[in-house]
Amino acid sequence: MAEVVATNETIVVVGGGISGMTAALEAAECGKDVVLIEKNPSLGGRVAQLYKYFPKLCRPTCGQEINQRRLKVNPRIKVLTMAEVEAVSGQAGDYSITVNQSPRFVNEKCTACGACSSAVTSEIANPFDYNLSKTKAAYLPFDMAYPQQYVIDPSIVGTEEGEKAKAACSVGAIDLEMEAETINLKAGAIIWATGWKPYDAGNIQPYGYDRFLNVVTSVEFERMMDPKGPTAGKLVRPSDGAEAKSIAFIQCAGSRDRNHLTHCSRICCMATLKQTTYLTEQFGEQSEAEATIYYIDIRAIDRFEEFYNRVQEDEKVSFVKSKVAYIAEDKASGNPILHGVDTEGYNRYAAEHDLVVLAIGMEPSVDINALTSEISTDASGFIQLDEENGAFFGAGCSTNPLDVNRAVQSATAAALRAIQVVNQISRAEAA
Amino acid sequence: MGSTNTAKVDRYKNNFLKEVEENVEEGDWVRMCMQCGVCAGSCPLGPHWDHPPQEIFMMIRAGKRDEVLASDSMWMCTSCYNCIVRCPRELPITHIMHGLANYAHRLGVAHQENPTRRFAQMFWNNVTKTGRANELKISLGLYFMDGFMNGIKKSLAMKKIGIGMFMTGRLDPFGLVQGRGCKGSGDIDKMLKKAFEIEDHRKGYNS
Ligand SMILES: Cc1cc2nc3c(=O)[nH]c(=O)nc-3n(C[C@H](O)[C@H](O)[C@H](O)COP(=O)(O)OP(=O)(O)OC[C@H]3O[C@@H](n4cnc5c(N)ncnc54)[C@H](O)[C@@H]3O)c2cc1C
Ligand code: SF4
Ligand code: SF4
Repeated sequence: MAEVVATNETIVVVGGGISGMTAALEAAECGKDVVLIEKNPSLGGRVAQLYKYFPKLCRPTCGQEINQRRLKVNPRIKVLTMAEVEAVSGQAGDYSITVNQSPRFVNEKCTACGACSSAVTSEIANPFDYNLSKTKAAYLPFDMAYPQQYVIDPSIVGTEEGEKAKAACSVGAIDLEMEAETINLKAGAIIWATGWKPYDAGNIQPYGYDRFLNVVTSVEFERMMDPKGPTAGKLVRPSDGAEAKSIAFIQCAGSRDRNHLTHCSRICCMATLKQTTYLTEQFGEQSEAEATIYYIDIRAIDRFEEFYNRVQEDEKVSFVKSKVAYIAEDKASGNPILHGVDTEGYNRYAAEHDLVVLAIGMEPSVDINALTSEISTDASGFIQLDEENGAFFGAGCSTNPLDVNRAVQSATAAALRAIQVVNQISRAEAA
Repeated sequence: MGSTNTAKVDRYKNNFLKEVEENVEEGDWVRMCMQCGVCAGSCPLGPHWDHPPQEIFMMIRAGKRDEVLASDSMWMCTSCYNCIVRCPRELPITHIMHGLANYAHRLGVAHQENPTRRFAQMFWNNVTKTGRANELKISLGLYFMDGFMNGIKKSLAMKKIGIGMFMTGRLDPFGLVQGRGCKGSGDIDKMLKKAFEIEDHRKGYNS
């Protein structure tokens, strides 16, 4: 592991999703030294796992490519992957951070040729596909991974498989002796860009995510559309592989609910509206494929209203104003049957669909208060902007459920705040 | 009782929501409902009554006083608590339904034919008379509620259970003529009278 030099004029960014990358780049491009810490083997965060993103419906790869190019040419950013913050102490302008880095067993010499992967047969659950698929135990996290460096899963280290992988590597990049490391860093300011995670759908008992195969979450649905995803880009049912032509979307799955997350996750309405366009993309304009959105109210924030209007005009999409009460399963067909009463007329329905997509809520990915007690959060655990926070600044979805556009704005704001702190320190030291 | 109803109408004019908030047990929760429909879809009795809870709450807000108070819905509630468990806003729906039933009853405007309500009244009359439930009278009252022939049919159908209850001392065969009371049933009368007095005073009934 290369030495990481960090002083109290360094800005540490925790989390390498779109927000963390943005904050790190903005600060570094202003001439500050930055250490970017990411717990996964690659940067990219959850945006990399989306098939397309609204409002323009482009693939996430293009934004990622620009950021990666900016990263590569900037010597001021040191990126640590497979690294997690263990503890933080100190105060604004003088923080000490303990970071644990897990071994990758592959060093910088890796050319991403993939020979190690071809050499092994063992497989592991693939977290990039929310464990819906398997990947080789010697793997590149995803095509656009950064760094472009393979990973050897610890399960094959010390086995014959591990040795096979090592032998296959012609540039000597595999080092099975690598060990976990503890890295101590100094920092003047810390940007928390730790993002969000999907709410545990199994907790929503009446929807049977843990019992019915044809009930999936919105994040899984994104992966299904990806040609490199678990279903090779096909919208098929997990139970029998049949095409899912009648898809129900259930809004506020786990959000706005005192039994689950009390906040509105804000993005899931737009995510569903976007996902209805996948049906036409997959089955064509002329198909009988249809989407039904069950909702309390649609929250397409500000300029997304236009997107909403467009989806409303789509004849394949219908809207039912009702929070589904519960789902049952038709045993013979595996079809989920949605039960409820609609608010416009109080009609009782028992609606059968091929597949149900839960527009799952977003919650903070880490319990930030467990890492450091100094940070003020709202009732849902999102980091707030607060004088009391010293030089801790939240960026992106660690502060709120945000779309990419707003996450990036929030990250730039956080970078500016952190820059102000380290500028004060360098001025004080110069005086 | 009719006078109480008129007094309430005069007092709250068209603001039925306020009337519910101030008079019905847990009524101040009604405005918290966001009309999602989960309670309505979760109720096992839902298909069999006039208005699901979601609709009742909207009707209260819309000032549909007569329709709400005369609805059979709150009498159909079996207290299964499915709605309370699932309501995203944690409204105590079951309690509100019972609160509404009680209020409508005390105002004398509750649903007339609903069998649950009639049975509830029968049970109340029975148990407050002697301070002890007279199973024979209650059962027969229930069976014959819908006419003589129906009563005979139901009694025959329930014969086995009746004999079982008799054998275990749960059913007094002479109940129809004498019936066992409890000691000091006069004191029970006094207690109930006092309780009514307090409730009437607090809630402005009978005034
Ligand atoms: C179903 C769905 C669809 C969506 N579709 C769209 C869309 O079409 N358009 C759009 O604009 N937005 C969309 N979003 C929102 C989008 O995903 C977020 O705006 C975006 O992910 C925010 O990025 P972020 O960097 O703040 O967080 P994240 O993407 O969550 O990144 C956080 C990063 O921090 C890392 N991390 C976490 N904890 C630690 C730790 N302790 N130490 C080190 N690293 C850590 C994580 O591994 C991750 O890489 C969608 C959301 C959902 C739920
Ligand atoms: S954005 Fe829409 S689906 Fe998501 S919690 Fe808010 S209202 Fe519900
Ligand atoms: S479940 Fe709760 S919030 Fe939803 S309609 Fe019923 S009472 Fe209202």
